[in-house]
Amino acid sequence: MIYLDYNATTPCDPRVMEEMLPFFREFFGNPSSLHTLGQEARRAVEKARSTIARFLGAKEEEIIFTSGGTESNNLAIRGIAQALRKKGMHLITSAIEHHAVLNVFRALEREGFSVTYLPVDQNGIVHPEELRKALRSDTILVSIMHANNETGVIEPISELAQIAHEGGAVFHTDAVQTVGKIPIDVHTLGVDLLSASAHKFYGPKGIGFLYVRKGIPLAPQILGGHHERGKRAGTENVPGIVGMAKACEIAEKEMEEEAQRIGILRNMLEEELEKRVPDIFIVGRHVPRLYNTSLILVAYVEGESLLLNLDFEGICVSSGSACTSSSLEPSHVLLAHGYPHELAHGSIRLSLGKWTKEEEISRVVMVFPKVVERLRSISPLSKGR
Amino acid sequence: MKKVYSEKVLEHFRNPRNVGRIENPDGVGKVGNPVCGDVMVMYLKIQNERIEDAKFETFGCGAAIATSSMATELIKGKTIEEALQVTNRAVAEALGGLPPHKMHCSVLAEEAIRAAIEDYRARRQKVE
Repeated sequence: MIYLDYNATTPCDPRVMEEMLPFFREFFGNPSSLHTLGQEARRAVEKARSTIARFLGAKEEEIIFTSGGTESNNLAIRGIAQALRKKGMHLITSAIEHHAVLNVFRALEREGFSVTYLPVDQNGIVHPEELRKALRSDTILVSIMHANNETGVIEPISELAQIAHEGGAVFHTDAVQTVGKIPIDVHTLGVDLLSASAHKFYGPKGIGFLYVRKGIPLAPQILGGHHERGKRAGTENVPGIVGMAKACEIAEKEMEEEAQRIGILRNMLEEELEKRVPDIFIVGRHVPRLYNTSLILVAYVEGESLLLNLDFEGICVSSGSACTSSSLEPSHVLLAHGYPHELAHGSIRLSLGKWTKEEEISRVVMVFPKVVERLRSISPLSKGR
Repeated sequence: MKKVYSEKVLEHFRNPRNVGRIENPDGVGKVGNPVCGDVMVMYLKIQNERIEDAKFETFGCGAAIATSSMATELIKGKTIEEALQVTNRAVAEALGGLPPHKMHCSVLAEEAIRAAIEDYRARRQKVE
């Protein structure tokens, strides 16, 4: 099996699993318990918090543990909207956000907030000028993703955050696709809130965090005990937290080298496919983009049938966003780029990672053209080309 | 957890029957729209009101290709009256069912059959 869907999820690093195991059996205590077992778990949680904070250039008390990226985004957006609603009811986001962001904004619209969805250019970039134009005196929050999950395109976050701040708004970024892949310092980035999820960078599923800069008000969304300084109730996922910290530690050490190696493979993949398959388009090629992601639009064929055919060949990829696969609309991200529907229907995302080998890429560039050719031979659209 | 596609759908998707065009067809039906992500073209060869051959070309998802394949299989050898009785449900059932959000593919297959037969009838009227 060749796995090229690392943006969907990653396998857990064995070193992460090793680190987690003791916390299922020996150190199973509840961090809120006062006895020794509980206090050992508490120590592990706080040590992990400090590792993660250091990894981002943040303070320990600025990290809130959550169940993952979706919860972090919900907490950030709803938490700010509720905390600041007396100040204003206007929110800004972009048209290409993940559904874990977009659908929170849509819900807030139904609750009376007004939301501006910023457009992107053909390359998927949110232009700082667009944000400047959209800001109003009652804008309380701007949320723009760090890198897009489908295209890998990296947004100019520090510039956008600065503009939001000049307008008096709080700035959140969904960094689920970038944490662990590229170096992040919350101060350089200039964000007030940042969402992350461990399973996107070789940690376990079901754990993530939200960075909330000190002094930023936030209304909790899950109510209960006084966990996470009252911002997120519920017994801490101790093995998950310990595993996520280990994943950060590993990323910090190995990120640079991995980025180099994976980037070379991704470029090789794109260059070879372009040579071998006519009428394909690589999205975001000439703008800053994650080194592991390649979103390819294949004319005359439909993405799902391409995905299934690659799966028959033992190659796991995704068509646009995995989350959109049960809806009939093509990816909202590609439509926002201005691509026509028929081309957007033919999108295939290949995302590489830590265990991607050169032989695997060589096999993909052999198989991919054959599969496309086969589907094009069935398609009535390709005859005129 | 049920798989998205039945074995039968995957089998027809993997090895679609009757792919291609018919030279000098007696009826052609084109349905769907590339904007919606599905285009199905069905070609019929008809003799004495009986479908001697049926072929298709499809741009679409796995279900669209599998339903095209099954639809051509179901109507081959049938009279055009019999072929008009082939409903989208019949195509879906012959494939061991389709996920709810893919049922429209079977509708498209039924429409393709009807469109091809209508085209055949229109051509005959012109001749007569």
